[in-house]
Formats: sequence, structure tokens, C-alpha cells
Amino acid sequence: MNLLEMKHVKKSFGNLQVLRDISLEVKDGEIVSIIGPSGSGKSTLLRCATLLETMDAGTLKYEDTVVAENDPNGKAAYADKKTIRKVSSVFGLVFQQFNLFPHWNVMQNVTDAVINVQKKSKAEAEKIGMELLEKMGLSDKANYYPFQLSGGQQQRVAIARALALNPKVLFFDEPTSALDPELTGEVLKVIKSLKDLKIAMVIVTHEMSFARDISDKVIFMADGVIVEQGSAEEVFNSENERMQAFLGRYKDIL
Amino acid sequence: MALSQIIIELLEGLAVSVRIFLITLLFSLPLGLVIAFGRMSKNNIISSITKIYISIMRGTPLMLQLFVVYYGPYYLFNIKLSPTYRNSAVYIGFIINYAAYFAEIYRSGIQSMPVGQYEAATLLGYSKFQTFVRIILPQVIKRILPSVTNEVITLVKDTSLAFSISVMEMFTKAKALSSSQTSMTPLIVAGLFYYVFNFVVAFLMDKAEKKLDYYK
Repeated sequence: MNLLEMKHVKKSFGNLQVLRDISLEVKDGEIVSIIGPSGSGKSTLLRCATLLETMDAGTLKYEDTVVAENDPNGKAAYADKKTIRKVSSVFGLVFQQFNLFPHWNVMQNVTDAVINVQKKSKAEAEKIGMELLEKMGLSDKANYYPFQLSGGQQQRVAIARALALNPKVLFFDEPTSALDPELTGEVLKVIKSLKDLKIAMVIVTHEMSFARDISDKVIFMADGVIVEQGSAEEVFNSENERMQAFLGRYKDIL
Repeated sequence: MALSQIIIELLEGLAVSVRIFLITLLFSLPLGLVIAFGRMSKNNIISSITKIYISIMRGTPLMLQLFVVYYGPYYLFNIKLSPTYRNSAVYIGFIINYAAYFAEIYRSGIQSMPVGQYEAATLLGYSKFQTFVRIILPQVIKRILPSVTNEVITLVKDTSLAFSISVMEMFTKAKALSSSQTSMTPLIVAGLFYYVFNFVVAFLMDKAEKKLDYYK
């Protein structure tokens, strides 16, 4: 069974059609990278998948729960709030701008939702939190506040915060775009290390060699449609003109 | 009249001023938040009504508002109220006026919050109520504290407007003493008391700001 299924997704902002007809599937534990030029709809696709945006049309399904599907008029109709709340625990999202809560220290950032949303005990939450911070190489930063950390450290806290809720799929929306190359490296290393957690990951990124190395599947998007998808090898060696044009500058470093 | 007698009389007045001050804050701060929500409501009727309300409260003199609250029931509806109503009238007048100002301060603070904070909270599964109470409000308080301090200091001085409907607060007392004694002293002492009052308020608000300085 697919963990995530999106079919014929369409989304416009005013007259601008951002997603034209997108279908994609993510299996349990699968790592999918979405690449493509800016403005191709990658982020919007993630925002539709994580319910930050509503689709105009299309199907959205997590496991066997239908979150949205077309009504007879061909418009996306969403499930009731209860279903959506339930399904929301399946996925997490790491933002480009981290979006940590500045008034809480690192440990509170990671554990607060575990305690107040998942209703686990504080002790249990802090155990989960400490394990994750260790995995992120931040165990000595538990009492720091976000403003005291570098961008790379903040992003790793944000990853720990998302993982603490134990999602089955974690989305990354250009997780390193706000970071310099050095900090980018440390964050990408951490994301690679998540492979052994066996959770699915969907990563929107401009880091081509990273996408090539980590992904089970690469999706190339342009102008609101999926142009190519397949294994990293297939996509990066694609003869498609649009793909070639996009990859042009990366070819040498790959 | 001895200076000590003047001071005792004025301190009695000061107690009334402080009570007006505290009761106004106690009610107008939470009421302001409710009005701010009304102002930001997606319901057009609610947001329009609160918008007009705020506009009137900010656009007309507080003294006039006190008159309306105090004399309005009689002149408009022919309701006779006991003279002690003047105290309630002062509280009501101040609370509804200050709530409007606080509402605008809350609104500016809430609307200045980056949308990413809401999105992160949504993704983590917080309810709307939890998001506001746990994540948004604490940060809003830090952001608006300097503006709130301004209003609170203005309120200390505005309590003297209760003079207009003859409530026996400090300014009313000082004015009466000054007339009967044909002396400037009561007014100067009252001025000194207002200053000290505000000095304490500013000190406490500064402490509160420093306390919230632990994060950026």
C-alpha cells in the first residue's frame, strides 16, 4: 500500500496555475527528492500534501484514509476535521525558515508537542527529545534558545522537533536554502543519517548531488507538471530537453 | 492648613486614583483582547462593529465619554441612578475607552507574528486554541509590552479626568484644596504623587520587559 498518494492535483493562485496535473506516490520508507527550477510548484506541492494549502482539484490519500477527492463538479472536497486531525499525525514538515518557537529552549521546542499534543508524560517526551538531539549532534544544546544557535543547528532542532512526533513521512521544503554551504553540509549529513530510521522522506531541494545520493526516486518538476521521474540515475541521465537545460549548470559537479 | 494635612487629604485621593487605575487595567486588558479578536474576525458584521467602536473610542475625548456614561442613562433613557453611580461610570468609561486602545495594540502584535509560527504549530498538531495560548500570545506580549507601558502611563494621568464628573480622586481633591487654601501647594504635591506613581509603573514595566529579554 502507498503511504501517500496524490492524483491529478491542480492548484492555482488567481490566474497563475501552479500545479497543472500532478500525480505522485510515496511508499513506506521511500526517499523521494523533488527537483526543478524555482516557481515550478515544488513547494506548493508539499504545502498541498501537508494541508497548508488546499488543492483546487485532485485526490490526496494517506495510507487508506482519503483526505480529499474530487466531488462531482471536479473540485477537491476535503474530509471532515476529525479525519484530517487524525491523518495529520502521519506526516511532518521541515521548513526552509526553520520556524522554531523562539520563546522556548531547544528541549521545549522538541518536546512540547509530544507532551501537549500526543499527551505523553514529560519524562517520556524528554527521553525521546534527548535521543533525537543526540542523533542531531545537539545534546549539549538542550537548554539553548534558538537565537543562540547557528542556522544549521536551528534546522537540526527543527528536524528533531518533527521527528519527535514519530511521523511516517517527513517532508522537507528546501531545508538548506537559508544556509551557507558549510551549514548546508551539516544539515544534509543529518538528513542522510535519517535513512536508518526507515521513515519515508520527501525532499524538495536544489542540492543535486545530495538528491542523487540519497533518493530512491527523483522527481523533476517544471511549470507545474512532473517532467521526469524515476531512479536518480534515470532522471539525471534523462534526454529530456527541459531536464537537460535545468541540469546544465550542475552537470559538471555531479 | 499644614502640609501634612494636605498630604493626608491627597493620599486619600490617591487611593481612589489607584483604584480607578487598577480596576481599569484588570478589565480593559482582557476586554481589549476580545475586541481585538472581533476586529480581526472574518465575519464582516463583527469586524465592522468593532472597527466603528474603536474609531469612536479613539476619536472622541475621554472626558466626553465619561459624561455620556454618567449622564447618558438619565438624559437618553430617563433612568435615575443614585449619585454613587458616578464611581461605576468612571470605571465603565475608562474600561471601554482603554479596551479600545489595548485592542489595537494586541492586533498590531498578533498581526506582526510571522505566518511560519502558525504553520509550524499546525504541522505539529496543536489546536487553534493551543497555538494561540502556547505559541502566539507569549510572543505577542513581548512585542507589545513597550506600547502597553505607554498606555498604562497615560492611564495614570488620565485618572485625573474623573474630576469632570466629581469623583473624589487625587486631582479633584487637589483642585478643591487649592481653591479653598488659595495655594499652589496642593497641586504641586499632587503632581509629585502622579510622578512617583508613574515612576513606579515605569520601573515595574521595565522589569517585566527585562524578564522577557531571555530570547530574541
